[in-house]
Amino acid sequence: MANRISDDTIEYVGILAKLELTPQEKERAKKDMGEMLDYIDKLNELDVSGVEPMSHVFPVNNVFREDIPTDNDGSKDALFNAPSVKNGGFEVPKTIG
Amino acid sequence: MSKEYETVIGLEVHVELATKTKIFCSCSTAFGGAINAHTCPVCTGMPGSLPVLNKQVVEYAMAVGLATNCEITRYCKFDRKNYFYPDNPQNYQISQLYLPICRNGGIEIETEKGGKKTVGIHEIHMEEDAGKLVHDEDGDVSVVDFNRSGVPLIEIVSEPDMRSPEEVIAYLDKLRLMIQYLGASDCKLQEGSMRADVNLSVREAGAKEFGTRTEMKNLNSFRAIARAIENETNRQIDLIESGEKVIQETRRWDDSKAYSYAMRSKEDAQDYRYFPDPDLVPVSISDEWIESVRAKQPELPTEKLARYQSEYGLPEYDAQILTGTKKFADIFEAATEICKKPKKVSNWLMVETIRLLKENAMDAEDIRFSPGNLAKLIDLTDNGTVNSTVAKEVFEAVFKEDIDPEKYVEEKGLKTVHDAGALRETVETVMKNNPKSVEDYKNGKEKAIGFLVGQTMKAMKGKANPEMVNEILKKLLSK
Amino acid sequence: MSLTSLTAKELGIKIKEKEISVKEAVNDTLDAIEKKEGKVNSFVTVADRDALLKKAEKVQKKIGEGTLDGPLAGVPIAIKDNICTKGLLTTCSSKILEGFVPTYTAEAVKNLEDAGAIVIGKTNMDEFAMGSTTETSAYGATKNPWNLGHVPGGSSGGSCSGVAAEECICALGSDTGGSIRQPSAFCGVTGIKPTYGTVSRYGLIAYGSSLDQIGPVAKDVTDCALILETISSYDKKDSTSMKREDLDFTSALKDDVKGMKIGIPKDYFGEGLDREVSEAVKGAAKVLEEKGAVLEEFDLGLVEYAIPAYYVIACAEASSNLARFDGVKYGYRAKQYEGLHNMYKKSRSEGFGTEVKRRIMLGSFVLSSGYYDAYYLKALRTKALIKREFDKAFSKYDVILGPAAPSTAPKLGSSLDDPMKMYLGDIYTVSVNLAGLPGISLPCGMDGEGLPIGLQLIGDCFKEKDIIQAAYTYECTREYRHSPLSDVYQG
Repeated sequence: MANRISDDTIEYVGILAKLELTPQEKERAKKDMGEMLDYIDKLNELDVSGVEPMSHVFPVNNVFREDIPTDNDGSKDALFNAPSVKNGGFEVPKTIG
Repeated sequence: MSKEYETVIGLEVHVELATKTKIFCSCSTAFGGAINAHTCPVCTGMPGSLPVLNKQVVEYAMAVGLATNCEITRYCKFDRKNYFYPDNPQNYQISQLYLPICRNGGIEIETEKGGKKTVGIHEIHMEEDAGKLVHDEDGDVSVVDFNRSGVPLIEIVSEPDMRSPEEVIAYLDKLRLMIQYLGASDCKLQEGSMRADVNLSVREAGAKEFGTRTEMKNLNSFRAIARAIENETNRQIDLIESGEKVIQETRRWDDSKAYSYAMRSKEDAQDYRYFPDPDLVPVSISDEWIESVRAKQPELPTEKLARYQSEYGLPEYDAQILTGTKKFADIFEAATEICKKPKKVSNWLMVETIRLLKENAMDAEDIRFSPGNLAKLIDLTDNGTVNSTVAKEVFEAVFKEDIDPEKYVEEKGLKTVHDAGALRETVETVMKNNPKSVEDYKNGKEKAIGFLVGQTMKAMKGKANPEMVNEILKKLLSK
Repeated sequence: MSLTSLTAKELGIKIKEKEISVKEAVNDTLDAIEKKEGKVNSFVTVADRDALLKKAEKVQKKIGEGTLDGPLAGVPIAIKDNICTKGLLTTCSSKILEGFVPTYTAEAVKNLEDAGAIVIGKTNMDEFAMGSTTETSAYGATKNPWNLGHVPGGSSGGSCSGVAAEECICALGSDTGGSIRQPSAFCGVTGIKPTYGTVSRYGLIAYGSSLDQIGPVAKDVTDCALILETISSYDKKDSTSMKREDLDFTSALKDDVKGMKIGIPKDYFGEGLDREVSEAVKGAAKVLEEKGAVLEEFDLGLVEYAIPAYYVIACAEASSNLARFDGVKYGYRAKQYEGLHNMYKKSRSEGFGTEVKRRIMLGSFVLSSGYYDAYYLKALRTKALIKREFDKAFSKYDVILGPAAPSTAPKLGSSLDDPMKMYLGDIYTVSVNLAGLPGISLPCGMDGEGLPIGLQLIGDCFKEKDIIQAAYTYECTREYRHSPLSDVYQG
């Protein structure tokens, strides 16, 4: 396997993705990610110099909305599925100590 | 002996745009309203919802870009900035990294030494604001309100061109005024519609390389900005002097304690994994579009300043005060348009209005009177209906309650008395009651006449025509 | 015989002619689901019977009044569980969305409801559409109606097995890398992945936003055209929605391919392709040739680069799209946690399954500092090259013909341990998503084990009509084969 994924990398990716893995999951993830990256490295065979990265398949530009409010009270819908509600808002663990 | 240091400052200024709706959905941007009332699936990050760009946001961003001499990016895109935080419903913020809408601009400021310098603008980009976190005092929870989530912002990123708090304030003042003139934002620091993050580093005077910079957040007033700059400058110099290193980090300013602390966390990777948002299409800006935005551009402070001097013949100082807030300039122009007496309008604003604002601890933005009523008062004074003393009294009422001066004068009986007979009678009584002053005048003390005029005005309750009183007095005294 | 053995078009006619009431259609469908669900597990959620019967009544009234006279009026339809339906549980087959009831309906479903179709339930899928077997669902694997020991394919496995088992007449699926076409092939039904931007994505819970499209799954090409015509619309709520004039897809239901130029990529018939699949697909090509089409083999090029490019792009987008599932606004929140970030980590780690975590991690990695250019941008450049290859091909051919998948449906449990092998199964489908093209998969035979084989026809952008016409012409030459779970199975 050309791509060796270190413990630090898996730890780091876990922080980015907000995922916590068990030791066994970590080992598995290292192996899987390494294999995937080996396979993805196939792209290095291609000469893509001078090719514009294509995010959108179709060259559509300028899709806009006019600045007209359609305001109705969205609070009920917003909170409808909330796991924890307090004072009309989404309750989360305290963000500032 | 301690060395000389230079502070190097760049600003990231966030401005909330004055659109009616949010950047990617049709929810209102209005302040107030119940918690989470101004929300929909888009601005609360509901699964399956999609953003659609508000055209007005692009136009405001272009307007600010043109006013700050930026190049407009003809083909710009939105990118996702990925980070987890509860005020950010999708856990990514839609912003612009790779192709911001404006680049390479700058504005000229006046330095504290009276010189001029240009502060470069690296870029201006469009993005969405986050929601608000309300911290529960007694519990260990916070509560998220998404009413502000998705409110459009522009972030104006300056070059590291400033060297002192004074320059920073001058830059911010200029920027704020310009944006207010454009109508793109009300730019209120206290309310958060303008927010400035300060990037600051120090280096030995004369050094070519920049030092390591920190980013300071949570600066809610010009005062806080100035204090934070001084504090951070000293903190960094102390570190360097004691042989330690400045760490590149984000710090949060606590104005009540006048110190800052690092916002570091193990969970804060600061790796935002920006990539083009696949849910939004690029914005392509044509010459025609730029020209149409330019054509709608109102006159900006610098142009106004010059015009007030050339067109109305106002002194530079007065013109500066009048163009120094949009409200003053608006009232000045509207009142002048009606009464055609620019100097008098300017005078009322420069003297009485500023005095009353100070007395009432108000800002120009708080002025409630209409230019029409000021113009009317000027006309009433000019045609002699009221004298200048009475006019000041009437103006106070205009300032306070925006009353119609004409009606007010009529109802309160404040019209100046021009009746020579009635005036003569009063003057004669005053002379009789003040023989000493009459004697003094006749003995060559010409100043005594002032006292007699004052007494007459007082007897007439201020409503006499002062010139006529003067004339009649002189005539009678010379007998 | 259950009404679910009919096509949507047939049922629609019977309803219109008052031969069958909407209530009967609804009751019959619910009965079929009750009878077969224990075997196949096509559904995550089935709508409440009483509520559906009330809806049926309303639709019946409108049909009576003449305000609803479309072909789908009164026809029950199943919806993949990653498409939002107001008031009806929508989970993406994930624990992290347990209990999530959308407050709005996806545009595609709204279009169906406006046409009088009745949403009968939500179909099982690979969690967040990540997978090719419908085994990664948090609500149990779906089985293949042709052989319950095999997978139905995925990720729209529940939609396809539901149609094949005749629990429902038709369904909506979604296709990011083959998720409609591959399970359609495995289940012996027909499915279309439209040109990107044809069906609004508003309300489709995103996996890879630049690749995702909603499309129909049904027994035949006619039903697929009918449903696609109904769900396609320009939607101002979806910035990537395309304004199209030519959405009358049923006008292409013509038994005629005379002079149609069909390209057959040699690269699609190389190593890794099952022999029986290869023969069946080539046999289908022959049939079209006999009907007057002009066949030509050609080199498509870059075929082997499509999968790596696809996984980089789809996983990168997914890592960002799935960040919103954090236990704050909806769905699952861990019961025990200490502080904010621990709450995030626990909720997400407990809420997402293995495959989803695998893709989120890969996606986070390829976008992370230092790797963006090497992986993400390179993949986007490769995508541009792949698009060019197709542009070249479509300058010569009207339609590209090939298999939908390298094999027939694998055995349950045989794919999960080797994700790489599963990914390689997408070889014939992913490039269509990368290039934004329309593709259709329809049955073209059976293998020795009695499992269906799918034929894939790929069209140029906005040329759904070409593939519909070719598929319809081919379909006219054969009978629809009902699966063993249908009431009319003939062995």
